[in-house]
Amino acid sequence: MTYGQLPYDIAHLLGGAMLLLSFVLLYQRRVQAVINAFAMQGAVLAMAAAWQGAMQSAPELYLTALVAFTAKAVLIPLALRAIVRRLNLHRAVETALGIGASMMAGVAVVALAILVALPITTGARAIAREDLALALSVVLLGMLMMITRRNAISQVVGLMSLENGLVLAAVGVAGMPLVVELSTAALVLVVFVVAGVFVFQIRERFDSVDTGAFAANHGEDAFEPEPEEASTAPPGAPPAAQRGDAG
Amino acid sequence: MLTAFSLVLALLLLLAVAAVPLAQRPAGARLVHGGCVAACLALALLGLVVLLAGGAGPPLVLPFGPPWGHALLALDGLSAWFLMLIGITGASASFYAMAHPPVRPAALPPFPLFLAGMALTLAAADAFTLLFGFELMSLASWALVASDHAQLENRRAARLYLMMAALSAACLVPAFGLLAGHAGGFSFAALRAAPPSGWLAGGVLLLGLLGAGSKAGLAPLHVWLPLAYPAAPAHVSALMSGAMAKVAIYVLARLLLDLCGPAQPLWWGAPLLVVGACSAVLGALRSNLEADVKVVLACSSIENIGFIVVGLGLALAFRGADLGPLAALAAGAALLHALNHGVFKTLLFLVAGSVQRSAGSRRIDRLGGLIHAMPLTATCALVGMAAAAALPPLSGFASEWLLLQALLAGWRTGDVAFQVLAAAGTALAAMAAALAAAAMLRLFGLVFLGRPRSPRGAGAHEVGRLERWALVVPAVLTVLLGLLPGPLLALAQPALASLLGAGASAPARGFALLGGTGDAAAWYLPLTLAVVLALAGLVLVLLVRARSPLETQRGPVWNGGFINPPEHLPFGDPLSQPSAAGMAQPLRRMLGTSLFAATEEVRLPPPGDTRVATYQAGFTDPAQGWVVAPAAWLRDAVAARTERMRDFTIRRCLSLGFATLLALLALLAWLEAH
Repeated sequence: MTYGQLPYDIAHLLGGAMLLLSFVLLYQRRVQAVINAFAMQGAVLAMAAAWQGAMQSAPELYLTALVAFTAKAVLIPLALRAIVRRLNLHRAVETALGIGASMMAGVAVVALAILVALPITTGARAIAREDLALALSVVLLGMLMMITRRNAISQVVGLMSLENGLVLAAVGVAGMPLVVELSTAALVLVVFVVAGVFVFQIRERFDSVDTGAFAANHGEDAFEPEPEEASTAPPGAPPAAQRGDAG
Repeated sequence: MLTAFSLVLALLLLLAVAAVPLAQRPAGARLVHGGCVAACLALALLGLVVLLAGGAGPPLVLPFGPPWGHALLALDGLSAWFLMLIGITGASASFYAMAHPPVRPAALPPFPLFLAGMALTLAAADAFTLLFGFELMSLASWALVASDHAQLENRRAARLYLMMAALSAACLVPAFGLLAGHAGGFSFAALRAAPPSGWLAGGVLLLGLLGAGSKAGLAPLHVWLPLAYPAAPAHVSALMSGAMAKVAIYVLARLLLDLCGPAQPLWWGAPLLVVGACSAVLGALRSNLEADVKVVLACSSIENIGFIVVGLGLALAFRGADLGPLAALAAGAALLHALNHGVFKTLLFLVAGSVQRSAGSRRIDRLGGLIHAMPLTATCALVGMAAAAALPPLSGFASEWLLLQALLAGWRTGDVAFQVLAAAGTALAAMAAALAAAAMLRLFGLVFLGRPRSPRGAGAHEVGRLERWALVVPAVLTVLLGLLPGPLLALAQPALASLLGAGASAPARGFALLGGTGDAAAWYLPLTLAVVLALAGLVLVLLVRARSPLETQRGPVWNGGFINPPEHLPFGDPLSQPSAAGMAQPLRRMLGTSLFAATEEVRLPPPGDTRVATYQAGFTDPAQGWVVAPAAWLRDAVAARTERMRDFTIRRCLSLGFATLLALLALLAWLEAH
C-alpha cells in the first residue's frame, strides 16, 4: 500500500486533517472557537481510528474510535462549553505569542517533526512513517499551544490535543494492544476532571483563569514571615501576604 | 563457581531485605551480621579457589540486565584477588558488628547491600554491571555514613561524601562510555578488543583517575575521607577503608591496565605516580597532625592508597617501556599492599571502635594508658600499627619493600623525564613511609602508653569475648601475611596475568620476595628475618635478666618536672602529659607550614594586663582551598540561578520543557542527517 491507493490516501487525508485542525486551534482567538476546533479534531481522530480499524481489520480499533468520538468530540467539548458558560469567562483568548509568530513557530515545529520521524522509520511501511510524522507534529503543536496561550481553558485544550496526537500514533501502528488506548482515553478523562477542578480553584481564588495571575503567589516566601515580623506581630494575626496554594 | 557467587550475592540481598524488620531487635541485628560473616567467608573462599584454579571459565550470562542486553558475571584472577580481600575484611567487620550491633537500626539494612555492591563490582564482566555495583556500593555506604544523622558533623560528612560519590560517578560513567562507544559493546571482551588511542585514551585515563581516585581517596579529592570515616560506625569505617577503597583501586586497575589494552605508552604511568606519591606524603603528614584516632587512621588510609596507586603507575610505565618483569614487580607490590593494608587497617579501625566504646572517646587527648586496662586490644593495636609503620617482619613492610624496589628500578625505563619522576617518587615514598611510622608511634604512644588523661578513660575495661576474637583474627592474619608474602604473591599470579598479560610472573621464589631482575636482585626473606629478630630479642631479654637479676619494681611515675598533682587527680595532672597537638608540633613546624599552611599564634598580654596568655595552632588542608571552596562557590552560583527559575509562571515552566524537547529532537535530526 503506497501513494495513490485509496486506503492509504484516506488515512493520509485524515492524519493531515488532524494536523490542519491543530493549526486551526493555534490561531483561534475566541474560547468558543477553540472548543469547536477541538471537538472537530476529536471527531477526525475517531474517523482515523475507525479507518485504521478497517484497514488493519482490527475490530478493537472501532471501540477506540467510539471512545474517542464520545469523549473528545462530544462529552469534553460539552463540558468545556458548560464551564465557559457557568463561569462567564471572557470569550476572547489572550495569547502570549502573537498569532503570526505562533503559526510560524508551528510550521517550524512540523518541519522538525518530519525531519526527525522520516529518517528514523526508514524501512517501515510508508503509511506508518507518514502517520508517525503527523502524530509527532500534532503532539508538538499541542505543546506549542499550551505555552502560547495564557488562558487556562486553552491550555487544557492544548494538553488534550497533544493527547490526540498520541492516540493517532497508537492507532497507526498495527498490533498495538487495545489496553493502551483505553487507558489513554481514561487518562484524558481524568486529566479533564483534574483540569476542571483546577479551573474552578483558580476562579475561586483569583477571579480569573489567567494563569499569569497566580505567578505572584507561589514560592515559599509568603509562608515564612521575617523573624522581626514574627516577634512583633500579635499571635494569630493573619500573615501579610495571603498565600495561594492552588497548584 | 559463578553460580555459587550468584547465590552468595542473592543471600546478601535477602539479608538486606530481612534486615528491615529484624533491625528493631539486637538478636535480629546479630543474625544479619552473622549471615554477612558467612557470606563474606564464602566470598573469600571463592576468591581463593578461583586464584588456585587460575580462573572461573567463561562469563555467566544473567537472565536480566540493562535494556539492551544481559548482565555478565565473570571471575578472573584480578577479581578473585580483590574478592578474597573484601571477603576477609568483610568477615572481620561483620564479626565485630555481631559482637556490637550498631546502635541505630537504620545502619543495619544498608550493610549487606554495601557488601553486595562491592562483590558485584568485582565480579562484573561488562561496564554496566560494574558501574551498577559501584553505585550500589556508594549509595549503601552513604546510607551507613548518614545513619547517625542526629549530629551536625555527621550530616555534613554524609553530604560531602554523597557529592564526592556523585563526582566519581560523573567521571566513571563517561570513562566507560568513551570506551564502550569506541568498542561498540559493553562487555569487557568487546572493550579489550578495541583499545583506545590518542585523545580518547587520554580522556579515559583522566576520567578514570578522577572517578576511581575520588572514591579511593587520592589527593586532591581526599577531603571527604577524614570526615566520612569517623562519622560511620567502627565496623563500617573498617570496611570503607579496608574494602571500599580497594574496590576503587580495582576499578582503576581494571580500567587502565586491563581494558585499555597493553599498548599504552610509557607516560601513562606518570599521572598515577605523581598523584599517588603526593597522596602518600599528604596523608602521612596529616595523620601526624590530627587529634582524633579515626581521623588519624583515615589519613593513613590516604597514604596507603597513594602507595598502591604508585605501584599501579609504575606497572603501567614499565609495561609501556617493555620491561615485563619490572611491571610484574610493581603490580605485585600494589596488589600485595592492597591486601595487607585492607587487613591491618580493618584491624586498626576495629581497635579504634573498641577504644571508643570502652574509653568513651576518640579524641587522643582524652585517652592514654589503655595498655593497662585493655592489654589484648593494645597488643592487637601494636601489631596493626607496626604493620602500618612498615616494621619487619609484619605485612606492611613486605609490600612497601617491594614497592620501593620497583621505584628504585624506575631508572631502567630509559626516559629521562620518567627517570627524574621516579627518583622524586622514591624520595617522596620513603618520606611518606617514615612519616607513617612516626604517626603510628605517636598514635600508639598517646593512646595506649602513659597515664589516663580523663576519668572516663581511666575507667576503660577490656573488650568482651566475641569482640576479642574479632580483633585477634585480623591481628593474626596481619602477622601471617607478613611472614608469607612469597606464597601469597605466587597465589596472585593469575591476578598479575590478567593485569599484564599471561607472561607475567610473580616476583617471588618460595617464601622469599624478589625485588628486581637478574643477578643483582635484592631478596627479602621474611621468615629468616623473623627468626633473626626473635633471636636478637631473646638475647636482649636474657642479657637484661643477667645484668639485673632482681625483681622488677614499679616506682612512682615521674611527673615530667611539674609539681605533684592535687589529691583529686589520682592519675596525675593530664596537662603534664604530652598532648596530641604538642607531639605533632615539630612536624607541623617543619613540614606543615609549607604544605598545610600551618599557623601558630602566641598572644601575650602586655605587662600589667591580667588577661590569660593564649597559644593557638592550626592547619588547613590545601585541598580545602583548591577543591572544596571553588566547588562550594559553584554550587551556590548554580543554586542561585536555579532559584530564579522557581518564580517562573506555568507557561514559562512548560516552555522550558518544550524547548528541551525541541532541542533534543533537533539533535536527533542532526545526528540522523550525518
